[in-house]
Amino acid sequence: MASVFEYAPAPESRSIVDIAPSYGLFIDGEFTEAADGKVFKTVSPSTEEVLSEIAQAGEADVDRAVKAARKAFEKWSALPGSERAKYLFRIARIIQERSRELAVLETLDNGKPIKETRDADLPLVAAHFFYYAGWADKLDHAGFGTSPKPLGVAGQVIPWNFPLLMLAWKIAPALATGNTVVLKPAETTPLSALFFADICRQAGLPKGVVNILPGYGDTGAALVAHPDVNKVAFTGSTAVGKEIARTVAGTRKKLTLELGGKGANIVFDDAPIDQAVEGIVNGIFFNQGQVCCAGSRLLVQESIQDELLDSLKRRLSTLRLGDPLDKNTDIGAINSAEQLSRITSLVEQGTAEGAEPWSPECELPSSGYWFAPTLFTNVTQAHTIARDEIFGPVLSVLTFRTPDEAVAKANNTQYGLSAGIWSEKGSRILAVANRLRAGVVWSNTFNKFDPTSPFGGYKESGFGREGGRHGLEAYLAPSSPEGER
Amino acid sequence: MNAVERLTVLKTYKLYVGGRFPRSESGRVYEVTDSKNNWLANAPLSSRKDARDAVVAARKAFGAWSGATAYNRGQILYRVAEMLEGRKAQFTREVADAEGLSKSKAADQVDATIDRWVWYAGWTDKIAQVIGGANPVAGPYFNLSSPEPTGVVAVLAPQKSSFLGLVSVLAPVIATGSTAVVVASEHAPLPALSLGEVLATSDVPGGVVNILSGRTAEIATPLASHQDVNAIDLAGADELLAKELEIAAADNLKRVLRPQPVDKVDWSATPGIDRMTAFLETKTVWHPTGSLGASGSSY
Repeated sequence: MASVFEYAPAPESRSIVDIAPSYGLFIDGEFTEAADGKVFKTVSPSTEEVLSEIAQAGEADVDRAVKAARKAFEKWSALPGSERAKYLFRIARIIQERSRELAVLETLDNGKPIKETRDADLPLVAAHFFYYAGWADKLDHAGFGTSPKPLGVAGQVIPWNFPLLMLAWKIAPALATGNTVVLKPAETTPLSALFFADICRQAGLPKGVVNILPGYGDTGAALVAHPDVNKVAFTGSTAVGKEIARTVAGTRKKLTLELGGKGANIVFDDAPIDQAVEGIVNGIFFNQGQVCCAGSRLLVQESIQDELLDSLKRRLSTLRLGDPLDKNTDIGAINSAEQLSRITSLVEQGTAEGAEPWSPECELPSSGYWFAPTLFTNVTQAHTIARDEIFGPVLSVLTFRTPDEAVAKANNTQYGLSAGIWSEKGSRILAVANRLRAGVVWSNTFNKFDPTSPFGGYKESGFGREGGRHGLEAYLAPSSPEGER
Repeated sequence: MNAVERLTVLKTYKLYVGGRFPRSESGRVYEVTDSKNNWLANAPLSSRKDARDAVVAARKAFGAWSGATAYNRGQILYRVAEMLEGRKAQFTREVADAEGLSKSKAADQVDATIDRWVWYAGWTDKIAQVIGGANPVAGPYFNLSSPEPTGVVAVLAPQKSSFLGLVSVLAPVIATGSTAVVVASEHAPLPALSLGEVLATSDVPGGVVNILSGRTAEIATPLASHQDVNAIDLAGADELLAKELEIAAADNLKRVLRPQPVDKVDWSATPGIDRMTAFLETKTVWHPTGSLGASGSSY
């Protein structure tokens, strides 16, 4: 669809962020090279420009970081909760102060629009630290027994889709409860975690309490397998989550996993169409669909399918794809060449299996990794694109006739992370919500996050919850008599 | 030439009502002294009218304050702690004078007071998950209980602990979304009046906290019988006055928090949550979840 009028470019200035040509590992409060001297490059997915060269942690570095965290644990866990709280409040405040810088950095390294990093990622990051800061001296009230104890050293492995937010989800509750951490950011998005190391310095956080080890999957595997790690927290793919579950089997390591999803967004015939369309767009095109809780399956009641799809296509035609630093951009770059090829091959498979793809007219930039928003109609439950997590801006549209059928189709997946329900009728929403096997159910809204609200999956979407009072449990020793409390 | 010792500029202590710093409408003041009877200041001697004006201001502020997100209230309360940290020297001096403490003991009190603000700042968005939640009723209903602030709370601040005690009774009231009319310690009102200056520069909306100085009995009596006051904390009342005020409060069934026996109070101990729950209502919402017919048509 031709634009009625063109938007002038409105780029956010990148001069606010100063990226060094190289970064080390952050161990025991110091930046240091990897023991074997290995490095890797991190690029901007929208331009393929090399942003910086990063030290790549190996097994020896993992061991060094775990030792540092172990050493720091003794004093950190013995601090009164009120003192730990004040460190976390400092971190929250410094993140607020530096949030524009961090938003620009995150957009450069991840490829997502500045609109999202500025208005969603960063405010949520600061809020998460602020929220868990307040828990540090109130653990007696959290419902996990009196004087609950930390576990020890937490090994945490996070993905590239919300680099700093996932760091916050991992580090804030771990520190609040008195654990120390070794965190591995994703290989394509290490920068914001390394900037976070600097925030720890500004906050005066004791050395060794937070250690950051950039690297690839093997670094994460070494961390998870390290014998002196007491807690493993992972966010990422279901396949890797299963591998981690096998690795920690037979140990005393406590494990929480936040894995893939294939969220159903169910639209009933009485739903407000315009609102639902916004929710569907937000559900699958937020962060280019690279969201574990994305509403990647649209289940629309048959009687309104045509009306809804017309509306949805019209709306998709107005989405602006391009420079992630432009404040008007809705759709940014795909995070990596590897992810782009995964999306491309799944979409090809969808077409080969007989589903019908549709995309708005959309010019893709010549450099960088891009994928146009895509929706598939004529999709059956047997299709790969209705079963596998695509982790990209691709929506599969299915239909249903009765609420029972909607519930059955929504639950017909190995996953169980999120779902959406669109209807004007409260009792219908609640009845359907009761029957959905999903950890988060959004009614007449989608992709809402809050530090007070527990998030996590059923089935193969993982176990454990992050956020809220519930999120503390993952980092506290069991209260049973056999526990170490 | 001999240096002349510089004469200090004294502060005129004023009330804090509706975000402003008025004198008492009565024009009265009373002499505040330190523990050795040295003159410190002339504090406003508030009247019944001042008390009623403060209630009006607190009521006006209640809608926005109780409607603010818990996160927002937490941020603002934390900001108060940040501002207090910068005024530590002033409060240490005032607390030392007010309570006859050494400088280091007074400084400890001020540190504990700031940490107490931080403690309550963290409660704003947690109390609902601790005392509220889903109720598993035996039927097809969604049933959720949530705490809500009671409204305007009259707070009689402790008479002895002029700052830590004051903050320990005030912070829980506003953390949970109520607004407060505080009657400062009668003999040691200066730290409370200075706290007003901190609140005024901490993003706390005007009227959320209103601070009056004067004779506790004179100010508390109209507050206890005021029909637009929802609750009263009697921490600063002696046994006789407390009973009298509780009787007056019964007229519109104010929520009453009775004073603890003076010798049992340890303001330095980490509080429980009872000072928050005392001024919270519980609201329970029912909603049908529909039932599943064979065809699904009864949704």
